[in-house]
Amino acid sequence: MKTINLSEQTVRDLNQALHDQAIECTEREWEVLEPKGQHNIACGLDQNISVDIKGPTGYYCAGMNKKAHITIHGNAGQGVAENMMSGSVRVKGDASQAAGATAHGGLLVIEGNAAARCGISMKGVDIVVKGNVGHMSCFMGQAGSLVVCGDAGDALGDSLYETHIYVKGEVKSLGADCIAKEMREEHIEELTELLNRAGVDEDPTAFKRYGSARQLYNFKVDNTSAY
Amino acid sequence: MCGIVGLYLKNKALESQLGALFEPMLIAMTDRGPDSAGFAIYGDEVADGSIKLTLRHADENYDWAALADSAKAELNTAVEWFKNSKVAVFKIQSSAAIAEAFIAKAAPEVLILSAGQSIEILKEVGLPVNIAETFNLKGMKGSHIIGHTRMATESAVTMEGSHPFSTGMDLCLVHNGSLSNHNRLRENLKREGIVFETENDSEVAAGYLTWRLQQGDTLNEALTNSLKDLDGFFTFTIGTRDGFAVLRDPIACKPAVMAETDDYVAMASEYQALTTLPGIENARIWEPEPATIYVWERSSH
Repeated sequence: MKTINLSEQTVRDLNQALHDQAIECTEREWEVLEPKGQHNIACGLDQNISVDIKGPTGYYCAGMNKKAHITIHGNAGQGVAENMMSGSVRVKGDASQAAGATAHGGLLVIEGNAAARCGISMKGVDIVVKGNVGHMSCFMGQAGSLVVCGDAGDALGDSLYETHIYVKGEVKSLGADCIAKEMREEHIEELTELLNRAGVDEDPTAFKRYGSARQLYNFKVDNTSAY
Repeated sequence: MCGIVGLYLKNKALESQLGALFEPMLIAMTDRGPDSAGFAIYGDEVADGSIKLTLRHADENYDWAALADSAKAELNTAVEWFKNSKVAVFKIQSSAAIAEAFIAKAAPEVLILSAGQSIEILKEVGLPVNIAETFNLKGMKGSHIIGHTRMATESAVTMEGSHPFSTGMDLCLVHNGSLSNHNRLRENLKREGIVFETENDSEVAAGYLTWRLQQGDTLNEALTNSLKDLDGFFTFTIGTRDGFAVLRDPIACKPAVMAETDDYVAMASEYQALTTLPGIENARIWEPEPATIYVWERSSH
């Protein structure tokens, strides 16, 4: 295992060393000490390696991740795992706003709460939050799944495309064009698989499903007179 | 973008270290606000019936002793004072109204940065590290302190436009964000008698709170009303004589993080600013909810 202490080396040093693994993988296990809320830790990785960050991180940690498995042993700042392509990111604490924003693939697990705009404009990532999510979560979500084991804030799934949303607790309010939907057998299966992958012990039948009413997809001909 | 930091001590034994604990917090927010910085520190209270004014003159060699002598003679009362860079703190045995009227008449070029029994506001243009050095922040004592590092967006980079802004007796405000209805609101508040020094949007927020409090609102009511009347993005930290309050707008684009231990409550725009606090590893850390007022105050007054 290779250890990098961010009190002794810069985030740029760390990220360069991690990027070099994409060319030639010399070390599968990495440990990052004393992150102290610095921004852009372990961004842009492109190799099947594991990175354990021992403490709270700042903005955009694990952003643009591909293939790597990154664990944050603490809270994460804004935009954790933003635009992730594949691999996995696990936050042991809470995540600030815009967790998993625009992410195309991979798995993001937040063991605490996620703040506002979790999964904003998500494009295929699977996000599992053990706690609550803040307002405007899944705003313009296009694909992938968001699982919330706690409660969801205002305007969940506003302007939603095809992201699947599962919430166990209360939803404060639904956003425009987001509706509660029937939980069919295939959804129980999908949710069971998501919870298993995330290592979260919850009863899938206790969740409700939310999705797009698909009323904002097309221009409504009734509105022609507005022009 | 701007940075906000606040530290409120629950453990009185730490009061002699307030400045030393706070200085690295302010400096950590330099990336968010490198053009000016300031802080409001609370402590060293004057007795009831006395007033403490933080005064500033552009000339570092301004003759504060002469002004103090003139105050003693004119107001026929005791005046204690000390100088810190371009700022002087005057402790005058009189009401705030009388003391402020005297300064306005005797030295109209002197700016009153704060008035109260506890508050002192110190701010300048420049890097936070330089401002901390100028005022010897690390040597300061007190019960609580809030600070701001500014990256100007809505108005000029001047001392007057830097934070904190006084919002009344022992009250001040620091702001991260931008208000979109500040021009109209400023005009409305001017008609209500609120005076503005700058074109700054945050000064309007401070003026708004001053006005609401003058109308008889409690701090909680004034902040609740601000959610209705202020349009734009904001995280506010408001210093009071007994503690501080934190409020984020309902959209909550502007960041904030809080930390609490048995010894203190701290807030900052980013966690980076909290890493030097003792026991932060085991502190309770959370992100304040949107449109929710958080207040920490000691109940001694």
